Amino acid sequence: MEIFQQLVNGLSLGSIYALIALGYTMVYGIVKLINFAHGDVFMIGSFVGFYSITILELSLIPALLISMAACALLGVIIEKIAYKPLRNATRIAALITAIGVSLLIEYGFIYIRGAQSEAYPDNVVPSTNLDIFGVTINSKALLIFSIAIILMIILQVIVHKTMIGKAMRAVSHDADAARLMGINVDNTISATFAIGSALAGAAGVVFGIYYLKIEPLMGIMPGLKAFVAAVLGGIGIIPGAMVGGLLLGVIESLVSAFGASSWRDGVAFIVLILILIFRPQGLFGKNKKEKV
Amino acid sequence: MTTNKPLLKVDSVGIQFGGLKAVSNVDLELYPGELVGLIGPNGAGKTTFFNLLTGVYVPTEGTISLDGKNLRKFPPYKINQLGISRTFQNIRLFGDLSVIDNVKVAYHSLAKHGIFSSIFRLPGYFIGEKQMDEKAIEFLKIFNLDQQKDELAKNLPYGQQRRLEIARALAANPKLLLLDEPAAGMNPQETHELMNLISFIRDKFQLTVLLIEHDMQLVMGVCERIYVLDHGQLIANGQPEAIRNNPKVIEAYLGEEVLS
Amino acid sequence: MTTFKRAKGFWLSILLSLILFGVIQGLISSGVLNAFYQNTLILIGINIILAASLHLIIGITGQFSIGHAGFLAVGAYVSAIVTMKFELPFIVAIIIAGIIAALAGLLIGIPSLRLKGDYLAIATLGFGEVVRIFFLNTEYVGGASGMIVSHMTTWPLVFVAVLITLVVIRNFTNSTHGRACISIREDETAADSMGINTTYYKVVAFGIGAFFAGIAGALYSHNFYIILPSSFGFLKSFDILIFVVLGGLGSLSGSVLAAILLTVVTTYLADYPDTRMIIYSVVLIAMMIYRPQGLMGTKEFTSIFKRKGGAKHDDKQTIA
Repeated sequence: MEIFQQLVNGLSLGSIYALIALGYTMVYGIVKLINFAHGDVFMIGSFVGFYSITILELSLIPALLISMAACALLGVIIEKIAYKPLRNATRIAALITAIGVSLLIEYGFIYIRGAQSEAYPDNVVPSTNLDIFGVTINSKALLIFSIAIILMIILQVIVHKTMIGKAMRAVSHDADAARLMGINVDNTISATFAIGSALAGAAGVVFGIYYLKIEPLMGIMPGLKAFVAAVLGGIGIIPGAMVGGLLLGVIESLVSAFGASSWRDGVAFIVLILILIFRPQGLFGKNKKEKV
Repeated sequence: MTTNKPLLKVDSVGIQFGGLKAVSNVDLELYPGELVGLIGPNGAGKTTFFNLLTGVYVPTEGTISLDGKNLRKFPPYKINQLGISRTFQNIRLFGDLSVIDNVKVAYHSLAKHGIFSSIFRLPGYFIGEKQMDEKAIEFLKIFNLDQQKDELAKNLPYGQQRRLEIARALAANPKLLLLDEPAAGMNPQETHELMNLISFIRDKFQLTVLLIEHDMQLVMGVCERIYVLDHGQLIANGQPEAIRNNPKVIEAYLGEEVLS
Repeated sequence: MTTFKRAKGFWLSILLSLILFGVIQGLISSGVLNAFYQNTLILIGINIILAASLHLIIGITGQFSIGHAGFLAVGAYVSAIVTMKFELPFIVAIIIAGIIAALAGLLIGIPSLRLKGDYLAIATLGFGEVVRIFFLNTEYVGGASGMIVSHMTTWPLVFVAVLITLVVIRNFTNSTHGRACISIREDETAADSMGINTTYYKVVAFGIGAFFAGIAGALYSHNFYIILPSSFGFLKSFDILIFVVLGGLGSLSGSVLAAILLTVVTTYLADYPDTRMIIYSVVLIAMMIYRPQGLMGTKEFTSIFKRKGGAKHDDKQTIA
């Protein structure tokens, strides 16, 4: 059943988009910034995972954790150096800085190690084809999806059941009020970046395992598409990012399956433009009127 | 002074945001030449009401008519061209434009020289721009702002910025002027000058003025009639003395700066 | 009055431009400026047009547009089709390119009505990408392998195009229409309430900006012998954005200056593309943190001359 196969592909791809989209949406929710560099954190995560597996000869889970930790650190550093000074600047200044950081990571990385690609070893995770209800599902795809779901569940727990999660939600709502309530806004913001970046790192490792080929500019497209996914679900809304990511992955796979595969990159942007025209607040968003 | 037909007629107007009724069932009439106040505690919906009048918000119920014309379908810029001008609670000048340019913006809709004429510097452009320039300078003289005409609006002291905002609103030659807390941040001396200015412009430009204010001295001093809003609804309207003694009004303000 | 003074200043700048042209022509014919320099001059010219056109959209009207390469692409491909497939004269191609690009600009202008700030930025980014992917998938124009285009761009043509672009944009800005656009940039709500049809002017800004980007596209495509969809991606939009931001949002002179400076820098760093990007990004980040108003803020070159006229105030806005 071709369509179910594509659905499976779509959900795997969508899981990756969802993990990246979560970082975008969390950061936008808390500091109203489109973190253009987020896609490059995903890329770094992928490479860290690669080196952990090939050089340090670690297995999947440790590599995943190291990558997540490294990316969390990277996210916090970026925030402190480039975004924090611009917290009160104009939107355009913040956006341009984010673009600058993105380029710096990409070309800095190329400068250090060159632009050539690497390939994840194929055997990190067993790749067998399982037959579930008549549909052939690759075990790798299943694994990716599972990892993504587990991480998302953990995230929901953090956001709703921990103090830091509560702080994140408070600051997203009203940073000044949160500050007056005794919440350390700076630390909360850092934590948000850390968590979002960690998820992007995980996405990077998972991407490497499934698609194998990684290169320094790999973060641009998935980054943009994940952002579209975040907008699709409703920017700033966490479940929205999850649903948006999965949905976008499925749409992209279906478009690809129905013959228009060279347009698969264009799909995300067309979805974006349609959403911004017809429902800019996204699937889960509420229509907010500007207070005059 | 008052004629039969009201200039502004607001009938059972209301607006709902989701579950919140910011304004509901408000009736209001303004006759040409009147200077009327709109007061109420914070959050009563006064600015929201202004936004309804100027087309920023579309009412979910009721109608607003200017000179008999229903304003419902018109976008804000058209409503301005029809004759309603306003100032804002937080001054909204065009900061990086000069004082004179701020005023010239108000003349824009009357300009006869189009984009083509401006780009190719046809005679119409020079004539039109010269007219706008002269008009603007004369206008600024009335408000004592002509000396600073080339100064950037954002560099003006606060009091002059307020004055400029009013001047700009008036440059649009409105029938109805809406002033949103013009005395905010002013000391008694400045407030007194403002009171004189408002009366002066009402007379000189034959305006009708609707004024939102918290400063009771100002309101009681210049307004001929007062409407009182609380929680989006009209709780009283009438002469200043009657309003001052109205128990419902006093109750609405309890806990706030009470009517002096 | 002041408009008359400006008229004098206007003809003065035209005169200076003609002198500049003459000087450069002289240097070219005498062989001092060889083909390499000529090509750089052409590139500078194209970039000035791009910077000025984006300046109108972002700097003057405040519409956050980061997909400008899309208009460039439209102009490039349309003009190439006109000359290569329909074998019409280059001038015709340039004009048609501008018009079609302007139509694309109007198309983008319309969704921009509802979107502000970040959302608009992303929408325009999306548009730019959709255009690129469209040409990538269109076999008629060569798809991914690109399209061969005869070399027709000459230095005098570029010079004239730059002149026209700057004059038009400057004239538009120094008029009630320019003020209307600036009022939108400064405070859209207040502009609305002052009778400015903000919808109309936002669309006009996109239309004019896209028109000149289309012209630049035509000059671009007929200068490099081949055009590839990959040249019109987000990085290209970003290059143009940097001209405007670095020059100072709201300053036409700034955009022009930054375009010249950065084109020269890029040409000399052409052998080290990665280093260039690193330097660019560091400079950009530092600039946003320490001097977000860019090189010239919202001031123009002419405000320096105005000071001599006995003006006492420092922070003048003369819209060139």
